Amino acid sequence: MLRIENLTVDHGAIRALRGVSFNVEKGQLAAIIGANGAGKTTLLRTLSGLNKASEGQAHWNDHNILHSKPEKLVRHGISHVSEGKSVIPGLTVSENLELGSLWRRNRSESAKSKKEVLELFPRLGERLSQRADSLSGGERQMLALGRSIMSKPELLLLDEPSLGLAPLVIEQIFQAIRDLTTTKGLTVILVEQNAMGALKIADVGIVLNLGSIAATGSAAALKDDPAVRAAYLGF
Amino acid sequence: MHKRHVTNKHRFIGFVLIGLLVYILSNTVDEWKSFQGATIAVYVVAIASIILLTGYSGQISLGHGALLAIGAYTAALTQIYLHLPVWICFVAAVLITSLFGAILGLAAARLTGPYLAGTTLALAVGLPSIANQFSFLGGEQGISFDAGWPPLSFGEAFTQYKWFFWITSLTALIMMWWIQNLLRSRYGRTWRAVKTNEVAAELSGIRLARSKVLAFTVSAGIAGMAGALLATTINNVSPSAFPLALSFSLATGAILSGVNTLGGVMIGAVALVAIPEIASLVADRWSGSESVPSLLPDFIVSVLLILTVFLAPKGPIEKFRSRHVK
Amino acid sequence: MFELINTLLIGITAGSIYSLMAISVVLVWRSTRVVNFAAGGLALASSFVGAAILEKTGSFWIALPIAMVAGAVFSAFIEYFFLRPLLKRSGDKGAEIFLPIIATLGLLGIIKTILNYIYGDRVGSLPPPMSDKGFVFSGESIALSPMRLLILGIVLLLMISLTLVFQRTNLGLSLRAASFAPEISRLAGIRVDFIRTVGWAISGGVGATAGILQTTNGSGSVSPESFEFSLLLVFGFVAAVIGGIESLIGAVLGGLTLGIILAIILMYVGGSLVFIAAFLILILVLLLRPHGIIGAKGGRRA
Ligand SMILES: Nc1ncnc2c1ncn2[C@@H]1O[C@H](COP(=O)(O)OP(=O)(O)O)[C@@H](O)[C@H]1O
Ligand SMILES: [Mg+2]
Repeated sequence: MLRIENLTVDHGAIRALRGVSFNVEKGQLAAIIGANGAGKTTLLRTLSGLNKASEGQAHWNDHNILHSKPEKLVRHGISHVSEGKSVIPGLTVSENLELGSLWRRNRSESAKSKKEVLELFPRLGERLSQRADSLSGGERQMLALGRSIMSKPELLLLDEPSLGLAPLVIEQIFQAIRDLTTTKGLTVILVEQNAMGALKIADVGIVLNLGSIAATGSAAALKDDPAVRAAYLGF
Repeated sequence: MHKRHVTNKHRFIGFVLIGLLVYILSNTVDEWKSFQGATIAVYVVAIASIILLTGYSGQISLGHGALLAIGAYTAALTQIYLHLPVWICFVAAVLITSLFGAILGLAAARLTGPYLAGTTLALAVGLPSIANQFSFLGGEQGISFDAGWPPLSFGEAFTQYKWFFWITSLTALIMMWWIQNLLRSRYGRTWRAVKTNEVAAELSGIRLARSKVLAFTVSAGIAGMAGALLATTINNVSPSAFPLALSFSLATGAILSGVNTLGGVMIGAVALVAIPEIASLVADRWSGSESVPSLLPDFIVSVLLILTVFLAPKGPIEKFRSRHVK
Repeated sequence: MFELINTLLIGITAGSIYSLMAISVVLVWRSTRVVNFAAGGLALASSFVGAAILEKTGSFWIALPIAMVAGAVFSAFIEYFFLRPLLKRSGDKGAEIFLPIIATLGLLGIIKTILNYIYGDRVGSLPPPMSDKGFVFSGESIALSPMRLLILGIVLLLMISLTLVFQRTNLGLSLRAASFAPEISRLAGIRVDFIRTVGWAISGGVGATAGILQTTNGSGSVSPESFEFSLLLVFGFVAAVIGGIESLIGAVLGGLTLGIILAIILMYVGGSLVFIAAFLILILVLLLRPHGIIGAKGGRRA
């Protein structure tokens, strides 16, 4: 399980996270919602080792994950799909996928993962030798997710996968994320501005505001809490 | 500590004091030291032109030696073929080099990082060697440039090098005064804005290309003056006076001075002249190997470069400031 | 006609060596965004190693690979101990490219003075391992000799191997990914720091080959102040820039273009214009394509 205590992160003089604490159980899908600039991206980047924490603790399966490099955390099962369709445009679809499993140094295992990804996103299978920058936005997001699955993750950190996508595609992506959680037993932290959509598929929800936690609870409860709706969901 | 306001009046007094110091020095030192003093003045102007271009406008030049060469050849040719007075030769050097800088700047404004570094490097290597192709440029022997003897009214004891020391120092002081005013003017602020953030600068109505070309033009003009002054001190203009090593030395001097601020320009210029001197002093004590004296200057400069890049990447002055003003 | 063919042959051989040096520059640029002037010094140092091994063993075929390994080790050493710490403390914007350039210039100076101190006026000898007498066609000897053929063969072999490594191996995929998207690569589990060092090492090995071939193709002896090495450094760098600084194919095209045009100018116009011609070619290419022949503006190729 993921345990975060009093996590504080600074960007120079700007304090982006102020003593954030929460837990996520294994196999749960947690949605983190909040306005632009709330600190969602900073939280994920800190958990994957891209940003340094100023204070606090974060443990994944009793392993201290602060102060480790991203490439090391991947080997502990943490995989981060960063904001904005994180694929490498100059590589082919196939190469983007393979990149995720290089560290495993196991061809047959990689091939197996690749098959799973292509079953999950058949559209990628038709475009394996195309360059990633020839893909549509939705396909890129699928590729980014696929690359992440190739790393055989246990904890998936997803930063706004719905950003800039058409509603139909969003639904597809969200469905895939829900399936991953259920069928593979992954733990997922899903950061979203599309609060409604995220809370629909999530087990628990966490509302971030100006770097602090404003509300937590089951996704269903949060979705129906009038105060949360008014203040953070905007309806 | 409260912030002190340095006004133009203070600066002017500073310049006058430096001028006085040079005057006193010129009366006490020997010929060789006068020559070195003149060389420092040349380097001050040359390094200032790099700082203007790189530190303020954010463009890289590894080829300032070539611009010096243009200035030097222009001055010499003006004298030889048009028989004009020395000061007009200087003006011609500035104008022609500026013109060349404007043309180069038009190309450079479209280039970034490594492309600009490559272009200016190729220029530094290529330009001086043209002299070998055309006989009016004097080939490897070069052509002479004579800034004249000191006026007789200064007396018998007034030596040639002391005269050069005066000419170069006075010119350097005037140039520096002008440059520091320019950098504080609207143009200087525009260059800084472009360097800090091109997109933001463009959005606020600055014409990027024009600003960059202008910086290149001005920098070239200053470099042209440095070239003419260099020709003055060595009496001669030839390709071997402008090797790639000169361009590298000037870049080195700029880094040692702190490429982001004009204020440290003396540091780099003095270092370039003093290091060989110190090295030979050290090497003299180091009996045994005879290669040491010739190698030590390069070695010290190289090590200093790396130390500066690591310890004071913004230059010694900024380093000092950040340590003492907190 | 004969003369033109000979000129072309000379140009292609010289150009292929510039291509290698350009590849060395490109590899470093791709892995760390550093314009590496120390590359010329590393090639020089590796050539001295090659000359020493040749003297001991008498075999060019032992000397060349050992020199390549030496070049790779030198280069990795420099990346690890100088550039990595320097780049970690990311500085202010304008100085971003200038500072590493200056650092590599400083390194070039240090390498040169060390070599000068060790070797002084002595030169390392790297004579051609094969006959450099041109083949004879209908009574006239052409500029293609067994030695030139060997050089072209080595360059070709090296380029093919590099292409295979980059396009077909996991290491190649890591190298390409790390150079174009270091952060995403990290998140995918690539040890980007290590991969960068590998990139520098390959660059050093290629540079060493360029140094040795340049020497055998030229005077046959290598010295710290060698003119041939200034040529190699300058033209290698110019070729890399002409080619677009990020592209291996671009580096090859840049090197060959430069080699051929310069050979023609040397033959028909005059030796002293070679350098300014290199500048004019560069300016011309960049005016037409500000990001080199294989431009990399928006659609960067990995
Ligand atoms: N690299 C950075 N440098 C400085 N400030 C940053 C940086 N990244 C984020 N911030 C600031 O930190 C705060 C949180 O940003 P972020 O984590 O990106 O929020 P979100 O993803 O919720 O929109 C914002 O105020 C933002 O301006
Ligand atoms: Mg965000």
